[in-house]
Amino acid sequence: MAARYVVAPVAEIPPGGRKVVEAGAGRRIVVFNLEGEFFALLDRCPHQGGRLSGGKLCGLVESDEPGVFHYDRKGEILRCPWHQWEFDIRTGKSRHDPNRTRTRAFPAHVESGAALTQEGPYVLETFPVRVEEDYVVVEA
Amino acid sequence: MNVVRPIAAPGRPAVATLGLFDCDIHPRPLSLEEYRPWLSTEMWHRVQTYGIRARHGFAKGYPFPKAAPFASRRDAWPPGKLPGTDLDFMRQQHLDYHGIDIGVLNPLQPSGQGDQNDALSAAMTYAVNEWQLERWLKNEPRLRASVVVPYEDGEASAREIRRRAGDPRFVQVLLLSRTAEPLGRKRYWPIYEAACEAGLPVAFHAFGYSGWAMTNGGWPSFYIEEVSEHATSCQAQVASLIVEGVFERFPTLKILMIECGFAWIPSLGWRLDKHWRKLKDEVPHLKRAPSEYLREHFYVSTQPIDEPEQPEHLLDVMSWIGWDRILYASDYPHWDFDDPRTAFPSFIPAERRRDIFGANARALYGIPAV
Repeated sequence: MAARYVVAPVAEIPPGGRKVVEAGAGRRIVVFNLEGEFFALLDRCPHQGGRLSGGKLCGLVESDEPGVFHYDRKGEILRCPWHQWEFDIRTGKSRHDPNRTRTRAFPAHVESGAALTQEGPYVLETFPVRVEEDYVVVEA
Repeated sequence: MNVVRPIAAPGRPAVATLGLFDCDIHPRPLSLEEYRPWLSTEMWHRVQTYGIRARHGFAKGYPFPKAAPFASRRDAWPPGKLPGTDLDFMRQQHLDYHGIDIGVLNPLQPSGQGDQNDALSAAMTYAVNEWQLERWLKNEPRLRASVVVPYEDGEASAREIRRRAGDPRFVQVLLLSRTAEPLGRKRYWPIYEAACEAGLPVAFHAFGYSGWAMTNGGWPSFYIEEVSEHATSCQAQVASLIVEGVFERFPTLKILMIECGFAWIPSLGWRLDKHWRKLKDEVPHLKRAPSEYLREHFYVSTQPIDEPEQPEHLLDVMSWIGWDRILYASDYPHWDFDDPRTAFPSFIPAERRRDIFGANARALYGIPAV
């Protein structure tokens, strides 16, 4: 079963923002906030190993025929900083070969600090300081 | 006792046991001011007043968008500066990280090469050569310089090569691949003569603007066409160098093609040979089959390597060109950079990769083993 990593208070990753976290021994994961939804990808491009966290977030340009373009899904497509390979931050799948070329995507969600402090089996005595904040949790 | 030693270069491929040479690193100045110490007052005035005028129709920028700003990796921007402008940043991200033993500088932009104004081109390229020594090599023993020449002016180029001859900091003469006339034409022969005298290979790096459209059907619409087109324009350069008899006149001349791809080379050799058998009366100065000159005098760099679907096709092509003729290139800091650990598929035998990383460049550049 995947371990759960509490990686940041929600406020630390604003909408459109990202944070690189370490989850497990040396495993780098980049977490994105897409208008309140959180997504986590392995910070390594399957092509030549570029760090995806240094990439630009863009949208998707699609075309039904030459000269006709649609631009949508703004901020959901991550471009590797090296060779411009594009990945869907929702799934980790590449745009050019989604089934075979993909970076690993991990479930990420928000939990309340109050709930997180209830987890066991070993719960320290806590003081009610920041437990009302929400935290981003990555399952990796 | 066990001693834990830190990994000196985490990005160095283990197979590079004969050294790691990178024959394609691109430095650039933050601004033209960096060249000013080596430009005369008059030339500085010209640069300021008239600017650099490449042989294409745009006053500024390139004819095609370069995939990424300054054609560079998004993570290769030193804080507050442009990619390729900061030696410390280059050390940290590339030379140290990948454990590069020798890196050859190929200054592309702005260098004055191919400028419309021959005198300005000569002055600029001289300044760029001095700048490489002062700004880069003086502080970094792993780097080597290219003799940047004003290649549209053969005599001025030869003067610049002779000025650098015998200086081991310069390891090659640098041209760009698109020139005003095919490279075998006599106007360029002074370059080859001076290079042979100096014992330097002549490298041509893909790109540059010739004043002509880059395809013989005119200007293409997209950057993907521009970068794929090198396969055809470089064929024309290779054919010209061979057929004009350059290698009969300069039998020690070595040509390195950087970033031009290479899977097209065998088919060019086959086609030239096929026609030569019937048409050699037209070119009696050629004493041997064209493919013999091709295999004897030409070297290629790997980035960006061709990627056939069938592994054996790549091995066949590399074997035809010659396993000792292929050099590793990173193209740092450009966007299509090749990481030496992942640039080559593992089906290329380890000892071949070892030579591509080290032995072949060492032999071409005449750099003895450390």
